[in-house]
Amino acid sequence: MNRSSIERSRERLVDWLGSTAVLAALVALWWAASSAGWVSRVFLPTPQATLASLAEGLNLSGSGNGELLAFTLATVSRMLLGWLLASLFGVLLGAAIGVSPAVRAWVQPTLEFIRPLPASALLPLAISIFGLNPAMVLFVVAFGAMWPVLLATVHGFAAVEPRLAEVARCLQMSRAAFVWKIGLPNAMPDILAGMRLSMTISLIVAVVGEMIASQSGLGQAILLAARAFRASELFAGIALLGLIGFTSNALLTLAEKKLLRWQQP
Amino acid sequence: MTEHVVVVRAAAPPEARRRTRGGLALLRPWVVPGVLLGLYEAYARRAVALGSEALAPPSAALKALAAAATDGSLWQATGFTLGTAALGLLLGAVLGASLGITLGLSRRAARLSMLSIEVLRPVPSVALIPLAMLMFGFGLRMELGIVAFATFWPMLILVQSAVQQVEPRLLEVSRVLGLSTRERAWKIVLPAIVPRLFVALRLGVAVALVVAVTVEIAANPNGMGYAMMIAQQSFDPALMLGWLGWIGVVGFVINGAMLRLQRVVARRMGAVL
Repeated sequence: MNRSSIERSRERLVDWLGSTAVLAALVALWWAASSAGWVSRVFLPTPQATLASLAEGLNLSGSGNGELLAFTLATVSRMLLGWLLASLFGVLLGAAIGVSPAVRAWVQPTLEFIRPLPASALLPLAISIFGLNPAMVLFVVAFGAMWPVLLATVHGFAAVEPRLAEVARCLQMSRAAFVWKIGLPNAMPDILAGMRLSMTISLIVAVVGEMIASQSGLGQAILLAARAFRASELFAGIALLGLIGFTSNALLTLAEKKLLRWQQP
Repeated sequence: MTEHVVVVRAAAPPEARRRTRGGLALLRPWVVPGVLLGLYEAYARRAVALGSEALAPPSAALKALAAAATDGSLWQATGFTLGTAALGLLLGAVLGASLGITLGLSRRAARLSMLSIEVLRPVPSVALIPLAMLMFGFGLRMELGIVAFATFWPMLILVQSAVQQVEPRLLEVSRVLGLSTRERAWKIVLPAIVPRLFVALRLGVAVALVVAVTVEIAANPNGMGYAMMIAQQSFDPALMLGWLGWIGVVGFVINGAMLRLQRVVARRMGAVL
């Protein structure tokens, strides 16, 4: 028992070292390709240059301008606010639609039709209605990210075990009590999965919105960096966007595990 | 004789009732969008009469779309977007599926590359738009590259998990037969994962369409997304709305067709999903 656990932890250490080595090898390949000039420096900066741009933009050494830090905060707050709005309205609307089979039958085909529409396709429409401003981008982020949550909530409510619905009727539960005590807990796994997808969509739409509507943020920053042929700043921005995606996904996975602990046997 | 007549009469009413109910059920999906469009039509007509330049009624959008269809710009832009999305998906799917099969067959390779994949995968595909602009300029290749990147990851993950779920006895058989690794991949693994491969492809098609339109809206001056942006910038709300509806219809039809294809394949191959 003790021995096997030691062996297992050693195996894990070897795996961890190995996969770090593979990542290091990839970075080394990047370094070699950019410093030896196999790929043009115009669009592939060296890792050192990228790190220097990151350090300067994030003001790590105290001598930088801290520009990237401000952009990152702008993008993250846009994404989070849009995501929260999307989750709130998605769950509310989804619960309202999902709780009644009749409403579901009438509305669901329309929802299914809108689902495959790219969220960013609404940007031109929103621009012509609201003009170029931060509220417009936020609206499109929230609207685009709402669909996964909305559809997941509807699905979660539709999948309530019929016997639970019967029990609720026997107990003479009010509709609100049914939603709160049976519907929402039952839809929770679906809702959380939908919220994870909606976080990815909010990041994408926030970046596209910043690019088109010239709102300050990482989306605009990387577009301007590319137009000015400043590849190291472009890569720094891409790395930060990757970091945002990674962190938000990791946090949501953690929250999901914690919130759904009651489900595990 | 009389008995026969009675049976026929008794059978007729439920049949008729089912038919009307079937007719109602067929009509039902159209009621909500019909009402919404009607309300919007009335609202937009009033707004236009009051001098709004941002709104257009759906009827005007339909007219603008018909004009675009007759002068050919509709088909040209649709063809560009769909063609690029398909090519990009092909590229991303072939690369993603081959790496997915490799990682699925070898646990060690999967563990070694885990960190690199986890670091690269969360990069949002749209973040590569400026990079692709620098590398390829505007046009087909930049959009291809981004669509391929975006479809590569879901294909990789889904194919890898599909391969890991291949019946272990099949792999044992291949070992007993002394098949080489390549033969094992082609003759045992690939046929075994076909149903799941189509599930992954369906997801890939949806991703490819969304990413292609997004790239056109953000940067690439080609295709449906760009046509919609241009309509907005030249204050032609009717044409813009027409494009929005057209993009929705195209996406809906293609996704529906893929879902049907996936189900047919699953039934043919006797899938255990």
